[in-house]
Amino acid sequence: MRYRKILKQYFWLILFLLFSAGSAVFNFLPGQKILANFNFFLFELITFLPLMFLLVGLFDVWVPKESIERHIGAEAGWQGFFWVVLLAMMQAGPLYGAFPVAYILSRKGASVRNIFVYLGVFSCLKIPLLTFEVNFLGLQFTLLRTLFSLPLFYLIGLLMEWQLGENYKVSDGK
Amino acid sequence: MTILIILTLCCLLLSLLFDRQKTMTGLQIGWKMFLNMLPALLTILSIVSILLYLVPQESIVQLLGAKSGPVGVLIAGLVGAIALIPPFIAFPLAGILLSKGVGYSVVAVFVTTLIMVGFVTIPIEIRYFGKKAALLRNSLSFVAALIIGLLIGLVL
Repeated sequence: MRYRKILKQYFWLILFLLFSAGSAVFNFLPGQKILANFNFFLFELITFLPLMFLLVGLFDVWVPKESIERHIGAEAGWQGFFWVVLLAMMQAGPLYGAFPVAYILSRKGASVRNIFVYLGVFSCLKIPLLTFEVNFLGLQFTLLRTLFSLPLFYLIGLLMEWQLGENYKVSDGK
Repeated sequence: MTILIILTLCCLLLSLLFDRQKTMTGLQIGWKMFLNMLPALLTILSIVSILLYLVPQESIVQLLGAKSGPVGVLIAGLVGAIALIPPFIAFPLAGILLSKGVGYSVVAVFVTTLIMVGFVTIPIEIRYFGKKAALLRNSLSFVAALIIGLLIGLVL
């Protein structure tokens, strides 16, 4: 029963790997290029995601609910915005890595508004990304984008909270 | 990246030092969540690899450079929203666009939608946030990205 479930979950992936293996054997160039793309994503996934989840797990057992509620909860106000922006900026990795963090934050009592501010800042303003952006698009471009983004993220947070209600919770992704 | 590894290891070490039991519980929680996300994520990434092959970088450059003005901005937004291009490819690509004379607003909209809106990862986002929240967040981010791009275009 359990194996069947696993097989079902990974069905497409197995198909994909068979296709890749076939491409390698028969020298099918498009297949090899696709596999190269996949390896690229896979590398990002296996370097960032385990670290991310490790931190999330430790965060879960060590950080008490009260402290999250106090700092980025519904009553936190502007300081809450500041803390959540700071937290999100210090992270790295692709956006899907932020989802489990959002779940933990939500469970520990972060306000709906701040969770979506967190997602916005994580996607756009994390420091590793910004350094990269400065290199290729210039300091002026990066600073302007940051400056225009922050108020909009706050606005998105407000709108999301208004639409979803204050009692909205992020689920564990099952 | 190196900083993240060092930081994580430091946290782990400190945690082990203070409380082994608690650390193990934390690791288990993290590991379970990881396994939980893995199949959907691998599926999506394999599909994206195929898409990335079907739509090569040159055609993206061509597509974005073809039209300027409102139409160009809109195309840039749509391409950015659909594509899942990692930042270390996207920023050099955006740099190329700028050097080819493509407007700042087009490039800014492209970059911002690319990193804020995740069309292909929406299935995963729905599992965490629910359909309504995921769709709403992506739509609002799309609008925000358009605004950011247009503002940058006005200033630069």
